[in-house]
Amino acid sequence: MKLELRGITKTFGSLVANDRIDLVVEPGEIHALLGENGAGKSTLMNVLYGLYEPDGGQILLDEQPVTFDGPGDAVAAGIGMVHQHFMLVPVFTVAESVALGHEPTSTGPAGLLDLQSARRRVREISERFGFDVDPDAVVENLPVGVQQRVEIIKALARDARVLILDEPTAVLTPQETDELIAIMNELKQAGTTIVFITHKLREVRAVADRITVIRRGQVVGEASPESTEAELASLMVGRQVSLAVDKRPADPREAVFVVEDLSVLSPAGTAVVDRVSFTVRGGEVLCVAGVQGNGQTELAEAVLGLVPAAHGRILLDGSELSRLAVRDRLRAGIGFVPEDRSTDGVVSSFTVAENLVLDLYDAAPFARGPAMSPARVHDNAQERTAEFDVRLTDVQDPISTLSGGNAQKVVLARELSRPLRLLLASQPTRGLDVGSIEFVHRRIIEERDKGTAVVIVSTELDEVLALADRVAVMYRGTVVGIVDAADADRDVLGLMMAGVPLEEARQEASRHHSSLGEADLTAGSEGGLT
Amino acid sequence: MISPVPPAAGTDTTGPAGTPVRARADYRTTVFYGLAAAVAVLLFALRTPGGADTRFQVVTGSGLFTVPVIAVPAEPVAWLLSLALVGAAAWAGVLTHQRRRVPLWLHIAVGVAFVLCFLVWVGAGRAALIPVTSLLAGALALSVPLIFGALSGVVCERSGVINIAIEGQLLFGAFAAAVVASRLATPFLGLVAAPVAGAAVGAVLAWFAVRYQVNQIIVGVVLNTLIIGLTGFFFSTVLSEDAALWNARQPLGTLPIPLLSQIPIIGPVLFSQTILVYLMYVLVVVLHVMLFRSRWGLRTRAVGEHPKAADTVGIQVNRRRVANVILGGAIAGLGGAFFTVGSGLAFGREMSAGQGFIALASMILGRWSPFGAVVAALMFGFSRNLGNVLSTIGAPVPSEMLLMLPYLITIFAVAGLVGRIRPPAANGQPYVK
Repeated sequence: MKLELRGITKTFGSLVANDRIDLVVEPGEIHALLGENGAGKSTLMNVLYGLYEPDGGQILLDEQPVTFDGPGDAVAAGIGMVHQHFMLVPVFTVAESVALGHEPTSTGPAGLLDLQSARRRVREISERFGFDVDPDAVVENLPVGVQQRVEIIKALARDARVLILDEPTAVLTPQETDELIAIMNELKQAGTTIVFITHKLREVRAVADRITVIRRGQVVGEASPESTEAELASLMVGRQVSLAVDKRPADPREAVFVVEDLSVLSPAGTAVVDRVSFTVRGGEVLCVAGVQGNGQTELAEAVLGLVPAAHGRILLDGSELSRLAVRDRLRAGIGFVPEDRSTDGVVSSFTVAENLVLDLYDAAPFARGPAMSPARVHDNAQERTAEFDVRLTDVQDPISTLSGGNAQKVVLARELSRPLRLLLASQPTRGLDVGSIEFVHRRIIEERDKGTAVVIVSTELDEVLALADRVAVMYRGTVVGIVDAADADRDVLGLMMAGVPLEEARQEASRHHSSLGEADLTAGSEGGLT
Repeated sequence: MISPVPPAAGTDTTGPAGTPVRARADYRTTVFYGLAAAVAVLLFALRTPGGADTRFQVVTGSGLFTVPVIAVPAEPVAWLLSLALVGAAAWAGVLTHQRRRVPLWLHIAVGVAFVLCFLVWVGAGRAALIPVTSLLAGALALSVPLIFGALSGVVCERSGVINIAIEGQLLFGAFAAAVVASRLATPFLGLVAAPVAGAAVGAVLAWFAVRYQVNQIIVGVVLNTLIIGLTGFFFSTVLSEDAALWNARQPLGTLPIPLLSQIPIIGPVLFSQTILVYLMYVLVVVLHVMLFRSRWGLRTRAVGEHPKAADTVGIQVNRRRVANVILGGAIAGLGGAFFTVGSGLAFGREMSAGQGFIALASMILGRWSPFGAVVAALMFGFSRNLGNVLSTIGAPVPSEMLLMLPYLITIFAVAGLVGRIRPPAANGQPYVK
């Protein structure tokens, strides 16, 4: 099915999320929609899927103009969407999830479900594309990769001829990404048109037939998959960017931060962090890599004391932290950049200046006895925001008026304003534009070079490879292995992220490269696609 | 620099040391059983006089079967039951140690054994009979509004709207049933008016909670207060001035079902009832089947668990919620009719007396399932009636103590004693696109 968008405009208040966007997707092609976070890709697709009503413009399917009052209409017209955050009810079985919305029912007024035929449909599609999905499995017990396949089955079960995949690889290991790419190619063979939304250059080059780049709500150009990553990046960002972090080799000193045999239990009693041990020396960056949800969040929270450790020890400069309160751990010299900056990193209704002293407000020079000194807080804010290049109108504005990148710089400025022994940052660049990412990475490396031990938790392999001196890979709560960054390549880390031990991963990776790893190897030479 | 290598993919999560990290076993159930067993041994069995009998009286529907007074030797039976409780506690301990679940039937068996043990002790050596049939019949009667209320809660909360207004819906149903039945001099029209009144309260709740996203608990509490005031006003004015016209008693007659009502013990309890109670039986089964086996149920549950997911497959989330809240209101309203026409009483000020909140507790205890809610509501009704019956036969326990028991059990149960209670994920959260 041919899909055409003409002049789609969508505004939210004063923000123009989509500004007269034109897009043509030919039948049976994989069309990548490339753009940074916040560029308006998801908004555009939500308009196409009937979730948002456009303020202007037209949608054409096979040259016929259509309007959608809701997702139901879009689905009926043959459009399927796999959302970035899966739209699956966790307590439903796969068959129930697939049936929902167009349930097969037995005849009669009661509308009793005919789950048997739903199961059959799941098996049918699952076999045709080699998905290996059990229709009776409960969704919440399935790994994310399989949940994504359930989403695809959902769309196919309703005869989707245009399939929109919104950031589908964000939650996948590189190997799972490979499998997804294979599935996408198979769907393409079967005649399905695919719109693939991403901000990852590597994937676009590996899979797309054509690429449309969106920046700040506007189409800024089309590119062919033969373009180099640097070309795509500059198109996406609007200026030349350096993709590599400029850093000197690490100069590791004495061991500063030691985690021994640390375990954390979930409320349900299963081990989400399972006997994790590692050591970080002053002046080195240890990256904790892994697919989202393999215990990294809990590990970081346990180090800070936000969740209790079931057993094990946490040592900073040889002294035990496990029994200390969060405040005392911060005092001991931990700087913490939380994973979710808007809920854990800042108080969004407080001013920028107040947010800059959230953990210092009660100590000199900002306070004396019960009184705070607003002048000192204000001066501090002026200095910090200048130093960290935070773009704002006034430090007395609520921090919620800042963009994600600038808010993250505020968090970083606050945490780095104290002398640190350990900097622990979770997803420090999630949702940031390329310019802010460069800045944040540079400051992290500067902190390392001061002799601080640095732990970065990241699910982005690009970030891990850019920052790490050593990489610890987590899988289902355990550390699968710790590798020197010099020996770490994408394939080995990817296999380890799926739980394959280091040695096996090395052998496996040397036998054959994943297509993304392949793209990596040939990234320098032009048109080097497999 | 390579750390010890944990196992390959697919194996269980075991650490480098080789022993799996396991959750601390949760012995709350065992402790609770142990307490029940200790109470049974120390307070009941040890204090039961030797050689005495406890006599249970069983009334049958008619002469088809005659079951005489059953006399059991008090001391041995009390000991037997207490030791069974000790055994149950031990077994629960073993199961928990092996990280296995304590089965539901064991909870029920422990409850029944404890109650029997208590009754054997209370009746030991007394002239008074323990009236089993009326104990159960009274329990069912007290449970009826609770069951309707809990079903109403299930219908609303499964779709994601908290219905605190059950109390008001019961009361308004009772009021409407009494007034309409009295004015038109037929109890059956009362049964038509009651659900309409309850649905009206539900519609107001839905309007504010879904349309304007007002905090659902606040709207519910306000509605309860409003209905108490409104019905109280009419009661003290119109209804009192001409009670013969507006608030005359119009009892629904009992309709014994042939044969079934002749079954010993349960026959007269279950099958010699009014049409309202038979409606309730049907409603419980139909709702349970519909909720888990029908299109309506699947969509209702989807809307209550993950409204956005439901929206993306073309389900109208807010329309579904409004419909369910109105349906829930109608169910609770119908239950309210039991207070007036269902029991053959005239309307009285605030006659629902907090039953709507107990209904809510039954729903939670029953884990948002119709069958579960019924079991929980029956437990509440039974313990309340046990207090009534025992005070009439002069038992050595203050009936107030017994009346407290179900609430104690509720607190323990809701605190997770009987396993993790998991409400619908989007319960109480308005859906905004």
